[in-house]
Amino acid sequence: MTRRLLDNRNLSILVILGLFVIMFGYGSFAYTGFFAVQNFLNLFIDNAYLLILAVGMTFVILSGGIDLSVGSMLGLGTMIASSLVTKQHLNPMLVIVIVVLVGTALGFFMGCLITLFELPPFIITLAGYYLARGLCYVVSIDTIAISDPVFQSAAHSEIHIIGNSFVSPSAIIAVVVVLVGAYVLRFTRFGRTVYAIGGNEQSALLMGLPVGRTKIGIYALSGFCSGLAGVVFTFYTLSGYALDGKGMELDAIAAVVIGGTLLTGGSGSILGTVLGVLVYGTIQVLIVFQGTLNSWWTRIAIGFLVFVFCALQRLFETRKEATAVRGASRTSAAVAGGG
Amino acid sequence: MPSARSLSRSRLIWPLIALGCLLLFNVFFTPNFFHIEVKEGHLYGNLIDIIKNAAPIMLLAIGLTLVIATKGIDISVGSVVAISAGTVAILLGGDLGGVPRFPVALALIGAVLASTAAGVWNGILVSRIGLQPIIATLILFVAGRGIAMVLTNAMVIWIYVKPFAIFGQGYWLGLPFSIYMVAGLLLLTWLVTRRTAIGLFIESVGINPTAARFSGISAKNILLGVYVFSGFCAGLSGLVVCSTVMSADGNNAGNLYELDAILAVVLGGTSLNGGKFYLLGSMIGALIIQTLTTTIYAFNVAPEISQVVKAFVVYGVSLLQSERFRRSVSGMFVKGRATA
Repeated sequence: MTRRLLDNRNLSILVILGLFVIMFGYGSFAYTGFFAVQNFLNLFIDNAYLLILAVGMTFVILSGGIDLSVGSMLGLGTMIASSLVTKQHLNPMLVIVIVVLVGTALGFFMGCLITLFELPPFIITLAGYYLARGLCYVVSIDTIAISDPVFQSAAHSEIHIIGNSFVSPSAIIAVVVVLVGAYVLRFTRFGRTVYAIGGNEQSALLMGLPVGRTKIGIYALSGFCSGLAGVVFTFYTLSGYALDGKGMELDAIAAVVIGGTLLTGGSGSILGTVLGVLVYGTIQVLIVFQGTLNSWWTRIAIGFLVFVFCALQRLFETRKEATAVRGASRTSAAVAGGG
Repeated sequence: MPSARSLSRSRLIWPLIALGCLLLFNVFFTPNFFHIEVKEGHLYGNLIDIIKNAAPIMLLAIGLTLVIATKGIDISVGSVVAISAGTVAILLGGDLGGVPRFPVALALIGAVLASTAAGVWNGILVSRIGLQPIIATLILFVAGRGIAMVLTNAMVIWIYVKPFAIFGQGYWLGLPFSIYMVAGLLLLTWLVTRRTAIGLFIESVGINPTAARFSGISAKNILLGVYVFSGFCAGLSGLVVCSTVMSADGNNAGNLYELDAILAVVLGGTSLNGGKFYLLGSMIGALIIQTLTTTIYAFNVAPEISQVVKAFVVYGVSLLQSERFRRSVSGMFVKGRATA
């Protein structure tokens, strides 16, 4: 049984890996200049903020919850960062710490509401979505440009790794977040508790696991990631704008779901999420290379992919349930027959 | 509706008190809030504006009330409003002389059909495929705006067809035309849900879908039905929104409406945990929200910031609906009395 479960998990990773290879391969065949090491590295550079958001989202979804506030929180992060740096002339390092702390605090606040008062995560984080977006406008209605040298150098510096190919500091931050996230999820008590809560919260509670504390921690972690993603996003755009990150919550959820994490919680991995982000990025690049479709098609394509993967998940689940029920009825029939 | 009153008297009292308090606040702090005059043959004033501006939210809230009664949620309604607005704008065309590309009636039907189709999509995802409502409708929440932008080719389409203005700007017997649409839809929904067993079916699906299924109710079809209806309502709402500004902007039409509509339903006394629903309550909820928005405007606060206030209203109302919160508060109260 355990082996079969393991196989299933590997299967979903293989499916998504296959999808990525096929899409990247198609791009390489169809468009000249698509197949290049730099193009692959660009996926990390251009989607660094999404990668960070998706790592936080993986924890949330693994625990059976949802966080709809991440896109707005990223926007809030860019607003706070740009206004503190440009208008208050604070030390950029201090600003980064403040932004990340604000994100963590908001996530902690939502986690407390969800856990202490048993409120549905979607409604609390949906309110968080509007709260953070509204706070963006409290900071400023206009775009704030950043000319601070630290942010400038973070935006423009290229770190060469193989030959002429390079990555940006944002990409390195994202990869570090991914590695730390994967380690925490796999090798720490917190990570195992996340899986346990997603598998069955009641059982986790009965096993004496710190369910409440962990759940608050999960939402705080997602808030932390959103704040950090906001910082990385300002490296990308060198400005803060109140509508930054609009719709990004679906992108993050999409990456997690495409990566094979079950929406009902309890099963999934950071590796899958990374592959999910890569698939997302490849779709975007393909649409750019295609040239005639406008960028809104990305939204539709992502919506469609989420649909396909959710539907597949449900299909597998119902089949599993059906076999379980059939097995159970067979056993009870045998017992009845024996009696 | 006499029986509706006796049915939900106790439930309607709280939203009414909240609305009363807001209005009372405005009596003191907003000058001329209650001033109503007759201008160009129709009533004119802040209160009329509130009703007029609340109409799109009220239309959405009627559909959402039924969805939330089944323990579901539909966060795609704002995007579906944009789809409806985009469709009607394309069908009417941007002809400066005001000659519609297709007959107005056809354009209206087309827009409502497109939004109903969006509702069918949501309904199938929830009822047949079994996705959680939040994820199922999240897909259209984001992709729907993409569809609206692709429909309008990412441009704002202006409409110059005069008769179309009636939905958002027209008046009839001195009152905004849109309010008659709300009244008509409300009456129809009330008749269908309260004069037949359908309302009971919806509530039973929300309370316990398995038990509902065992008692012979087709939970799947009820679920499908409420999402389709929600899409239909969003379509009507889109017509009003589009007609008010005589243009379709895929990015801004119906933006944030989902929050207002959900808030209206919850303020009206329908629980997010499903079960009993209160259509009239949702209407009062929508009026509360619009009054709140108008009040915030009256204080010269940027409209976008009103989201912060609304978010805290959501937190407050959710807390009031939380069993755990009520218990701990009443626990504090009892303890306080014991020591006193």
